[in-house]
Amino acid sequence: MIEPVLSVKNLTTHFFTRAGIVKAVDGVSFDLAKGEIMGLVGESGSGKTVTGFSLLGLVDAPGRIVEGSVKLNGTELTTLSDTELRSRRGREISMIFQDPISTLNPMLTIGQQMKLAIDAHEPLSARAAETRASELLTQVGIPSAKARLRAYPHEFSGGMRQRVAIAIALLHRPALIVADEPTTALDVSIQAQILFQMRDLAHETGTAMIWISHDLAVVSSLASKLAVMYAGRIVEQGKTATLLRDPRHPYTAGLIASLPATAKPGTPLTQIPGTTPSLLSLPPGCPFAQRCDRATDRCETEPEMTLRDSRGWRCFHPVGQPAEASV
Amino acid sequence: MNDFLQIDNISRLFGPNLTTGERIAAKLGAKVETRSVRAVSDVTLSVRKGETLGLVGESGCGKSTLGRVIAGILPPTTGKVAIDGAPVRENGRKVTTRVQTVFQDPFASLDPRMKVGDTVSEGPIAHGLTTKSEARRYVAHWFERVGLDPVWVDRYPHQFSGGQRQRIAIARALAMQPDVLICDEPVASLDVSIQAQIINLFLELTRDLELTCVFISHDLSVVQHVSDRVAVMYLGRIVELGPVAQVFGEPAHPYTAALFGSVPKLVLDADELVRFDSIEGEVPSPLSPPPGCYYHPRCPLATPLCRTEKPVTKKVSDLRTVACHHFEKQLAKAVVG
Repeated sequence: MIEPVLSVKNLTTHFFTRAGIVKAVDGVSFDLAKGEIMGLVGESGSGKTVTGFSLLGLVDAPGRIVEGSVKLNGTELTTLSDTELRSRRGREISMIFQDPISTLNPMLTIGQQMKLAIDAHEPLSARAAETRASELLTQVGIPSAKARLRAYPHEFSGGMRQRVAIAIALLHRPALIVADEPTTALDVSIQAQILFQMRDLAHETGTAMIWISHDLAVVSSLASKLAVMYAGRIVEQGKTATLLRDPRHPYTAGLIASLPATAKPGTPLTQIPGTTPSLLSLPPGCPFAQRCDRATDRCETEPEMTLRDSRGWRCFHPVGQPAEASV
Repeated sequence: MNDFLQIDNISRLFGPNLTTGERIAAKLGAKVETRSVRAVSDVTLSVRKGETLGLVGESGCGKSTLGRVIAGILPPTTGKVAIDGAPVRENGRKVTTRVQTVFQDPFASLDPRMKVGDTVSEGPIAHGLTTKSEARRYVAHWFERVGLDPVWVDRYPHQFSGGQRQRIAIARALAMQPDVLICDEPVASLDVSIQAQIINLFLELTRDLELTCVFISHDLSVVQHVSDRVAVMYLGRIVELGPVAQVFGEPAHPYTAALFGSVPKLVLDADELVRFDSIEGEVPSPLSPPPGCYYHPRCPLATPLCRTEKPVTKKVSDLRTVACHHFEKQLAKAVVG
């Protein structure tokens, strides 16, 4: 078997607040191979962004990683010092955030910002840095890149700004990019252009990618595998096509069924009753049990991840499985 | 044709607010922005009673501005809006309560310092739909109608989740007993599982209360689900209008085709990643739109004609109109494709 680029085992990140312990990420495990794109989907508060932040060691107090391991190319990241982490961030692992307006410095030209990001890890002459920067801007689809290096962020449209952020993330050809809802703020036509380019870039450069999103449709057109998060846990994971066609976890099935695209126009949509539980006061057992129509007494204990045929689900009563197989 | 909701030749311009000094400076040739943005340009629409009209387009296309003009919140620069023959605005102010709006962000649209019950009853009391002493019962009725527990009327907005807040906003609009409801991206800020709940509520209420509705959204799958007809906007103009199934199924305007093609679709039985197309380029600046057809710089069917002449709105069939010189070509493509 090929060694995975990223291997996450039992990652657990808690926030120690005055109101109590918020278990934002609770025992998340997955592997990612070179050039592979994984979609991490879930609703707000499901822990998908905190998972992304934990991988980069960006969780601030009162939160911290309390357990688990994150191995990038064989190196354990959770035990590294801040300085060591800093030297890897941007070089081996980088992140693209949702809002391109707040991630770029409004006071610096795009060229200056890219030069700073290059200098942080690799001493290049001004001219070489400029060449590298303009090459990457061209690669992410910015026309007349060389001239645009002298422009300020406000001179770019939202879509173009996000491309700049992507170009900066790609500067050092990292092994892994964590992208947190990078196209959510953009129009559909621009989103489609960027999704295309990301797919090609991952393929060309061999960069593995984690694409965090609440939009199943976006992720399904980009990622070859999916992990669905609910209340800090991955409740189901597997190949995108398999998981969408034949979901096991009732939550995944509910999410798919609740999309307007899967229903006949004008008819009521299948809805998941209730709301996501507060992470402060999670009931024992399966966190989805209260909203689940398949729940039984057994769901008062927490189900482990059932692994079968290179997919996994955390449920005692999986959808589409004969009764005896659900033991 | 005179329908229930009649929108006639609406245009809305936004000009810079210049001081006298700036005006003089501009006259003397200084670099002062004096151009206006034509956010909505000559829009004529009519909506039948009980019908839901979807309004789609990318950000900046003028769909929200049009929604606000229809709701009477913004005065149009030219043109007029009428409900059942009666104008929505007269002498510079809104003169009807028959049209109400539900906004996108329920975190911003509810007063954080007001009990939600008071937020809902404020309008009806002011307009004599209920009295102060009756208000509690009145509000409780609407709370039940939108699926909220009436005991919550004394709570504040921060005590509710996003989906519940949107229900409160819907209750506030309905408590005015409107005939027309303008929904401006009502589910855009909600989680997927909550979105379905609100869409179902919307479908149920529009049917039971016979509401006429303008549903603004950038999410084509939501619009497709709730609307009877759909209008596609690009840079302030309506480029295509017709029954939802026909417009999305066989688009007559190249922009509609491209917009629909660029939406990532959830295909449940695919083995491979689903392919989808993207539109070249970006929306041009509305300050200096291109001459001729606004879409020609991005359009694969564009000819020299499109660069010089603005297309007029033509009939495709009884129910459909399109503003494109080459819509026959686009329709032929749809049949082949």
